[in-house]
Amino acid sequence: MTELWNGFVKALELIVTLDPEVMQIAGRSLRIAVTSTVIASIICIPIASLIHFNQFHGKRFLVSLIQTFYSVPTVAIGLFVFVFISRAGPFGGLGVLFTPTAIVVGQVILITPVLLGLTISALSGVDRALLDTARSMGASGWQMAVLVIREARFAVIAAVVMGFGRAISEVGISLMVGGNIRGFTRVITTAISLETSKGDIELSLALGIILILIALIVNIIMNRIQQR
Amino acid sequence: MAFIETRGIRQRRDGGDILKNINLRVERGEVFALIGPTGAGKTTLLRLIDLIDTPTEGRIFFDGVDVTASERVRLEARRRMAFVLQKPVVFNMSVYENIAHGLRWRGAGRRQVHERVEGILETMGLNEYRKRNARTLSGGEVQRVAIARAIATEPELLLLDEPTANLDPVSASKIEELIADIIKRDSITVIMATHDMVQGERLADRISVMMNGEIVQTGDPRSIFNTPHNRAVAELVGMENILDGTVVTNDGEMSTINIKGTIIEAVADYEVGTEVSVCMRPEDITVALARTSTSARNSLAGEVTWAVSVGPVCRIEIDCGFKLVALVTKRSAEEMGLKKGAKVFANFKVVSIHVIRRR
Repeated sequence: MTELWNGFVKALELIVTLDPEVMQIAGRSLRIAVTSTVIASIICIPIASLIHFNQFHGKRFLVSLIQTFYSVPTVAIGLFVFVFISRAGPFGGLGVLFTPTAIVVGQVILITPVLLGLTISALSGVDRALLDTARSMGASGWQMAVLVIREARFAVIAAVVMGFGRAISEVGISLMVGGNIRGFTRVITTAISLETSKGDIELSLALGIILILIALIVNIIMNRIQQR
Repeated sequence: MAFIETRGIRQRRDGGDILKNINLRVERGEVFALIGPTGAGKTTLLRLIDLIDTPTEGRIFFDGVDVTASERVRLEARRRMAFVLQKPVVFNMSVYENIAHGLRWRGAGRRQVHERVEGILETMGLNEYRKRNARTLSGGEVQRVAIARAIATEPELLLLDEPTANLDPVSASKIEELIADIIKRDSITVIMATHDMVQGERLADRISVMMNGEIVQTGDPRSIFNTPHNRAVAELVGMENILDGTVVTNDGEMSTINIKGTIIEAVADYEVGTEVSVCMRPEDITVALARTSTSARNSLAGEVTWAVSVGPVCRIEIDCGFKLVALVTKRSAEEMGLKKGAKVFANFKVVSIHVIRRR
């Protein structure tokens, strides 16, 4: 018990003194997850609008399929990306295996279903009469989509935040295609798993606390936005 | 060609026809009212004219162009119209932004949008709400924003769906006044749906009566109100007294009609023996205590069975072999002592009777 307590105190020390190693890892984690979330949002919000605004055969099936992939295991995506970008894979020539880029690619794939699905349900929450109104006011298809996303902005932001949360907390992808290379692809989650198995509880705890803090801050910001 | 024309419009939904063979012509500058009970298809027709929906069958022409064609043509046509929905929905943004959106969607420049919205806020009396989120407004205010938003784009055609149906009486009369102002000022073409006959009479140049997805009668308000084509229309336009009878004599101009043994005279030209419905407005029936020699050719003795005050007037039900409803002023009702059981004479002129052939 004292060991745990000492570890906890030392972890706080590492955070308060802005230990370079800790800060570097946390910064990288944030950078990678934010990049993934931004890219995924740019891809998913328009596609979600397309799916929502168009009636086509198999739409319901597509939406359930998307929802099924909400909980796809991160290691499965890690494996999938690995196969594609490893030297023998179709994109092996790009040489992105064990780089932050590889992690971003994996995370984008990971959070795409969540972002798509939640954005679609966010858009579905918008009153149909609002669409009729916009159309009668002379909005074109895209103008309507922009308006509806704007009307559903809080729910869309919530979807983006959910995606971010899943990206920053995943470990499977970062480990498999990032490789946990110190000073290059080591992120909070991979560092925690490595340091814990090495017995360096302090560093693990410090990073764990930071991860929880990030989650907390993101949630506070989201609540603030939604209350406005 | 008329400004707006529909040809053989049919709209099917859930296996039933909501609209059947709608042929409508509305001229530029005309104020046209669609009147009918709830569920007659008025909203469906307005949505088709606004090109929000597409008809199952038939064609719509806007300013001479067949707008059943491509989406691009429809969008262009739609941008020359405006539609105020029955339950308007405002966007979750300021009143100013709500009004500005239609202009922005049409590619109007910053300055143009600003000037136009400022002007509209002023004329619609919405200046104090400009920065308020439109979602926080009351029903009447929302309706005003919806109308402001519609006329901001200077539409050539304004479609109104029951513009006052969901409002309290004060807001309703304010909105109606506003619409009357817009009609007078902008010489705009208007098609409005309403179930309020009197509103149609007050605002419209021409009226179509819709029932069960069909247009049953079209004409100027006077003809609709005075000479309804059938019993249903008569009921709709407030002919409270509709009595079934048979034509007994006909001299080519004047007829006598037997209603349950009572003979009345009317201006009608139907063959002897024709089954007819006799329609009278309650305000056209006068009530007297004695048989007086008035210009009214019909004077029927009866007994008051029910008397109730309705605002400034008194509604009297008289049994004279059949039930007649009459409206008299409160004062004369008091003077004559019109209570249940009072013996009275119901007088009505031959010209105030409208006779319809029964099918």
